Amino acid sequence: MNQASPIVDIQNLDYAVSNRPVFVGLDIKIQRGLITAVMGPSGTGKTTLLRLITGQVLADRGSIEVAGENLRALSRPKLYVLRRRMGMLFQNGALLTDLSVFENVAFPLREHTDLPERLIRQLVLTKLQAVGLRGAAEMMPAELSGGMSRRVALARAIVMDPELLIYDEPFVGLDPISLGVILRLIRRLNDTLGITSIVVSHDVKEISSVADQVFLLSGGKVVARGTPSELKSYPSETVKQFMGGLADGPVPFHFPAPDYFGELLSRSGET
Amino acid sequence: MNALRELWQSLTDALEKLGSVIQFLFRLVVNSPRALMRFDLISQQIFNSGALSLVIIMLSGLFVGMVLGLQGYELLQRFGSEEALGEAAAIGLVKELGPVVTALLFAGRAGTALASELGLMRATDQISAMEMMAVDPIQRVVVPRFLGGVIAMPMLAAIFSVIGIYGAQLVGVQIMGVDAGSFWSQMRAAVKLEDVNEGIVKSLVFGVACSLIAVYQGYYATPTAEGVGRATTYTVVTSAVVILFLDYLITAAFL
Repeated sequence: MNQASPIVDIQNLDYAVSNRPVFVGLDIKIQRGLITAVMGPSGTGKTTLLRLITGQVLADRGSIEVAGENLRALSRPKLYVLRRRMGMLFQNGALLTDLSVFENVAFPLREHTDLPERLIRQLVLTKLQAVGLRGAAEMMPAELSGGMSRRVALARAIVMDPELLIYDEPFVGLDPISLGVILRLIRRLNDTLGITSIVVSHDVKEISSVADQVFLLSGGKVVARGTPSELKSYPSETVKQFMGGLADGPVPFHFPAPDYFGELLSRSGET
Repeated sequence: MNALRELWQSLTDALEKLGSVIQFLFRLVVNSPRALMRFDLISQQIFNSGALSLVIIMLSGLFVGMVLGLQGYELLQRFGSEEALGEAAAIGLVKELGPVVTALLFAGRAGTALASELGLMRATDQISAMEMMAVDPIQRVVVPRFLGGVIAMPMLAAIFSVIGIYGAQLVGVQIMGVDAGSFWSQMRAAVKLEDVNEGIVKSLVFGVACSLIAVYQGYYATPTAEGVGRATTYTVVTSAVVILFLDYLITAAFL
């Protein structure tokens, strides 16, 4: 595979959920070896974009190519083969609650390979060591904190040595220490394993410190793209509002509603 | 006119649901041979659905048998034929009460556990995570649970019937004083292989129905606390109605 070709190539993508358009003519190219952040206000379809990239849902129009494979043309078995080359970290970790930390990380190996137990043990312990949780191998998911769960899930996501690692809102609800750990891991894993990372997040400060390139989504389109520092000086009100965390702007503070005073003064139930 | 339209709508909705359940069953059956290769996953589920339901099944079997002994004795002695108690209790348990009560208890104990477990797995993204790890959740999670339930049910029903007969004997022979020899010999003479077969067929069919309803409700549960709660409730209610309906059909077929 040509190193210069993008690992994810989305062209002219349309996607709607129950007739409400989420993406209209979306174009995104994600380069290999970089940490790419996909940002945007809540409800702009960031997680939906991940579901599209991973083939969990199909686009209405347009094409998505991942590692040179057109997702629309893939049969289910071929999609599964492609997914073995991806790792995904879910928002809450999504660990299998009936298995220990060790078995969670070993899960993809046991399902997809016939490796001897000794080798599985070595691989799992190596990955747990990489996320700093080798000592928690025998614990159950219910005994872990939110940050630890995500680190275990990260170890599980890299155990098959993927080319592409996808993070869905990895910073939500983490204390500053866990957050720092996850940020450092994203950078370190990307560079030492030579993989490509896609991080979906709306935490501007955190993501700006780690991302190489940023796509800012709003209204179903990419409204800005570039490095984090380029985005900070972007000449657009929408971008300024998002990057500066302003309560009101092109994205209004108020959800559309009938006239305020009119509704207050009307008798209850009548508007 | 509106009422008619609503009736038509609910009828087509029900048929659509039935169609999707049958389609789901087809997927489970198609995936079963491969799942059987990994019997350790199924035996774990036989333990979860079967062994962990044993106490409730055994206790219920004992009490149902004891009540049968008491009521049967009361009724039969009016005609002076209390020796037939063994026969009456055994046939009642093997053909009817064993499979039906076991299935109802199974739906309440194991069915709800299956539905809520699968529903919570969906709500906490565990099902999506498996799909992302290129592991088919139907193959890995749903089919072993389904087969575990199907295999466990006839065994539970058999245990229920045996304990029930012991319960009837306990009350009839030990307390009420029915002659032990005639209790057992009349039972042996009256219970035919067809009666036992009917019980086995029923418990197998109930096993398929209960497990299917539970895994279907759980797998397609709305991924919220409310959705999982609703899936659990539907599992019990639907299972109970379906068990009694199927019981009638199978009984009629065996006559």
